[in-house]
Amino acid sequence: MYFGIWATLLVCTYLTYKLAFIELGRFNAAVALGIATFKATLVALFFMHVWHAREKLTKLVVIAALFFLLLLLGLTMSDYATRLWS
Amino acid sequence: MSMAATPIPQPVIPQGAERENYLNQEYGVWSWLLTTDHKRIALLYLISITFFFFIGGFFALLIRLELLTPAGDLVQADTYNKIFTMHGMVMIFFFLIPSIPAVLGNFLVPLMIGAKDLAFPRINLLSWYLYIIGGVIMLHCMLTGGVDTGWTFYAPFSTSFTNTKIVEAGIAIFIAGFSSILTGLNFVVTIHRMRAPGMTWSRLPLFIWAHYATSIIQLLGTPVVAVTIVLVAAERALHLGIFDPKLGGDPVLFQHLFWFYSHPAVYIMILPSMGVVTEIIACFSRKRIFGYHFVAFSSIAIAVFGFLVWAHHMFVAGISVYSALVFSFLSYAVALPSAIKVFNWTATLYKGSIRYDAPMLYAFGFLGLFTIGGLTGLFLSALGINVHVTDTYFVVAHFHYIMVGGAVMGYLGGMHFWWPKISGRLYPEGWARLAALIVFIGFNLTFFPQFILGYMGMPRRYYDYSHMPEFQVLNVLSTAGATILGVGYLLPMVYFLWSMRYGKPASDNPWNAAGLEWKTASPPPTFNFDEEPVVTWEAYNYEELDAPHKEEVPVAR
Amino acid sequence: MHDNANANSLTAVHDHHGEAHAAHNPALLHHFAEPQQQRDAASLGMWVFLGTEVMFFGGLFCAYLVYRQWYFGDFGAASKSIDATLGATNTAVLICSSLTVVLAVWAAQTARRTLLISMLAITMLLGLVFLGIKAVEYKDKFEEHHVPGASFSFENVPIPGHPGQFANPRHAQMFFSLYFVMTGLHALHMIIGLGIFLWLFIMAWKGRFTPEWHTPVEIGGLYWHFVDIVWIYLFPLLYLIDRHP
Repeated sequence: MYFGIWATLLVCTYLTYKLAFIELGRFNAAVALGIATFKATLVALFFMHVWHAREKLTKLVVIAALFFLLLLLGLTMSDYATRLWS
Repeated sequence: MSMAATPIPQPVIPQGAERENYLNQEYGVWSWLLTTDHKRIALLYLISITFFFFIGGFFALLIRLELLTPAGDLVQADTYNKIFTMHGMVMIFFFLIPSIPAVLGNFLVPLMIGAKDLAFPRINLLSWYLYIIGGVIMLHCMLTGGVDTGWTFYAPFSTSFTNTKIVEAGIAIFIAGFSSILTGLNFVVTIHRMRAPGMTWSRLPLFIWAHYATSIIQLLGTPVVAVTIVLVAAERALHLGIFDPKLGGDPVLFQHLFWFYSHPAVYIMILPSMGVVTEIIACFSRKRIFGYHFVAFSSIAIAVFGFLVWAHHMFVAGISVYSALVFSFLSYAVALPSAIKVFNWTATLYKGSIRYDAPMLYAFGFLGLFTIGGLTGLFLSALGINVHVTDTYFVVAHFHYIMVGGAVMGYLGGMHFWWPKISGRLYPEGWARLAALIVFIGFNLTFFPQFILGYMGMPRRYYDYSHMPEFQVLNVLSTAGATILGVGYLLPMVYFLWSMRYGKPASDNPWNAAGLEWKTASPPPTFNFDEEPVVTWEAYNYEELDAPHKEEVPVAR
Repeated sequence: MHDNANANSLTAVHDHHGEAHAAHNPALLHHFAEPQQQRDAASLGMWVFLGTEVMFFGGLFCAYLVYRQWYFGDFGAASKSIDATLGATNTAVLICSSLTVVLAVWAAQTARRTLLISMLAITMLLGLVFLGIKAVEYKDKFEEHHVPGASFSFENVPIPGHPGQFANPRHAQMFFSLYFVMTGLHALHMIIGLGIFLWLFIMAWKGRFTPEWHTPVEIGGLYWHFVDIVWIYLFPLLYLIDRHP
């Protein structure tokens, strides 16, 4: 099963690399980051065994960390994104 | 301390003589410096943070002396900048942030949950060593020139223009921050994994909930300021300009990253104090805390909401007005959980059998002063008022009401409350009440005039106010208050030390308080309990403790 | 209350330990009641620590996000000048190393000592390959004068997709500042990871890990996977900002 995940990860990497050279406008970033998130999720769920975690606490720790990271990024960007509105 | 001085281990003598406890179990300097006993580590922290408290206090004294007169006549401007910077850095990073968690938390968390030690005792010791290393580096930095940017070391002054020792101070704070992270990590894992059988989440003392919430903040916030320090150091030392306007960098970005931690940091400083006050109020009203679950969840709410408000320190820094609106609204929201606590404490007091021992005096002081500090925080959250009083003494008074009137009062109250448990001795009650009163009077005399000064327009971080000599009267009052406050802080030092040799020996539970820590000896044995406790009662079971025909509550002996 | 409890207290503790001693692993630490509790504590501890690391790198991602948005064109030009093939290769190297780590953990769980040792060794090897490639990249940047500082130079580099427009060297320098801090911090974590795995390798060689107790391998593995995840994000963000012709 690990080999399956490993192969998927390598394919995704290749895909990211190849797609970067194709003009997709604003979606280049979204696609690249989307694939990266998919890969990171696979590593976390299956290599770090979060999927089969004995307790909900492990998942809670992961989600909490991500939540606060998004808070940092999101609220900071809320300043930068709206600076030119006025 | 008499313990460390005697080299010969004393034999365990059964009848009447001193029983074996964590203080006399082993003697010698190395038994302390290499200890993994959370109680000994707590005492190591106690000595260290008291040391830094007096260093920070010394700088405060210099500030107040300079401000006695309008002219800048005590020190030069650059020196004054260094003095208030060092006052802030030492007090915040080396006193307030560790204080209650590292001393009372370390000592009490395992005891309160019925564990033998924290989850990672060796990491606990590492925490202390990191704190000491950070402290030594900070001392060296101060002795060789210090830093003059204010404790907030804003870019681009700190990155491009100042010639003072930013990198060294940054390293000191980074290391101390790592110490803070490890303490938080230890507490979270301990509270999750090491609770005694029957100690469910709803039976935990609220002191534990407060420390759990504090630990969450320490874990999630400190790394951001750590990486910010790395960036500042990289900019100064390696010319990797992240905040450098010449490269298109944004100094406001520094402020975002800095305050993302530093605002939640103030909750690191106040939450443990709230936990202490909760324990004291319950004990000295002889009542269960009103609204246990509300108080517990409000601690978590403060931890989470505290991360949503940081830009209220930046309203005039150039952030977008819409963003400021959002942060202002969120800053109002963050006051709600604190208010809930104040209501619950008050409701606990209602119809309680109040005793006015020293810990309770500090708790009362906390209630009043924290409320004033918190309400003035709401003033500051209002954009209109904020623009008027930013960077004035109003802000200085606001945060000192919370940090000193709140956090330090709670710390002192906690030290008095648990002193019998920690030392096995009773402190002199008369002196303690007097000291509490002196602290309260000194505090208000120091900081209340500063609200007025700020509103009248006296800027902070100015060593010379000769353009507005009418500020002098209030400044003189403030300095007089500071002197009284200093006396109030010295008194406990003196009588606590006195009590270690001459104080009356304490029983296991001199306050007849609820909580597992009171069910073991004062001072506790090294492994805390002779037998693992099994908890079958709810927290704050004061009715049972005070009931005349007390059926034997299961005791951990 | 004090009289007999004193003499009995220590013995009571020892008796308790006496009976338990026969049943548990000598690696069980004193303050834990049973091995599962110790394992759970270690695991939670590492997960919480990784949470702090998320925020540590998070600050850098925040800075990156702000400036990428402000200076997209200049960042695109700068990004194009670093070698995406090497970056992709490094990504593949780390993914392979994550596989070897997860196999090592399985080997420890199933008492396969040889497999465990070889997987740990290959992980370290792959880590060294990663760092080697990074060193080559850094050398290239040094030679091209793309290292921020006095000798930085980024003249006349066109912005991708905007022929005729040249990248602002100052903003490009900002990109490289972020590039070096982010990959540098990541590389530092890799080096620490190598240190951890060296220690694991030595312990495994000495036969210290059993199916009942191999916690260091598990939590070391968690750390390694995390460092891999950071790189999974660094790769597209730094190397692939604007690659289309």
